[in-house]
Amino acid sequence: MKRKWNWLIWVGFIVAVGGLFSYEFFIQFPITRDFPWATLLLFGIGAVLLLAGLFRAFGRPQIYRGKVFGSIFTAIALLLFAFFSYVTFYILKQVPLSAQAPRIGERAPEFSLPDQNGKQVALADLLSPNGAVVIFYRGYW
Amino acid sequence: MRGFQKRLADFDKRGVHLAAISVDPSDVTAAHCRKMNYTFPFLSDADAAVIKRYDVLHRGAGPRGNDIARPAEFYIDSSGTVRWVNLTENIAVRARPEQALAAIDEARGSGDSH
Repeated sequence: MKRKWNWLIWVGFIVAVGGLFSYEFFIQFPITRDFPWATLLLFGIGAVLLLAGLFRAFGRPQIYRGKVFGSIFTAIALLLFAFFSYVTFYILKQVPLSAQAPRIGERAPEFSLPDQNGKQVALADLLSPNGAVVIFYRGYW
Repeated sequence: MRGFQKRLADFDKRGVHLAAISVDPSDVTAAHCRKMNYTFPFLSDADAAVIKRYDVLHRGAGPRGNDIARPAEFYIDSSGTVRWVNLTENIAVRARPEQALAAIDEARGSGDSH
């Protein structure tokens, strides 16, 4: 008898892979970026489906397929999760200390730089009437 | 950055300017601002001189191992004094405009005569 298609494994794997790529989308919104709960949730759902699929592949191998490819897919999903965790919980936290950055109460260093229209803008030009928020960003290259 | 653009009117209302600084050359910045409809000044610090002066350089963190700015936000009052600093511990977590607005209101509410 032909054994049944083990959809839990396939869907679980797709959800886990989707979880990895979902951060590209979720990173746009502070609420899903500051702590990546939406991405972790997708990984979690993928893991539950994969484990359920594996459970029945090994538990009732005469009915369900997936012992071999289920194990491979689960291992790949685990690697993706490990990669995501490494990037979000380690790489993204490798920020310089900036111990010499101007502190509250200190004078902000003066500057004069070209803006997006090629016009020179100095800090002094920005301070009137009530000051300026200066945002340093990594850039878009 | 989109958050700050969206709340630009709230900064205008308080008489506070916004400025963004990175090592991106002006043409990259210009294209990006057009695409994203950013209207406040995006300043190009190509040799990272200002970024170094503020000690917010992230060595080798650029795409070709070049030096770039780490995310950091400052509120500087009209006298040129720093009144609020945000130095994130996670590159993906930047200050939200609400934090900056709250810092401005607090700084201006407490004995600032302007």
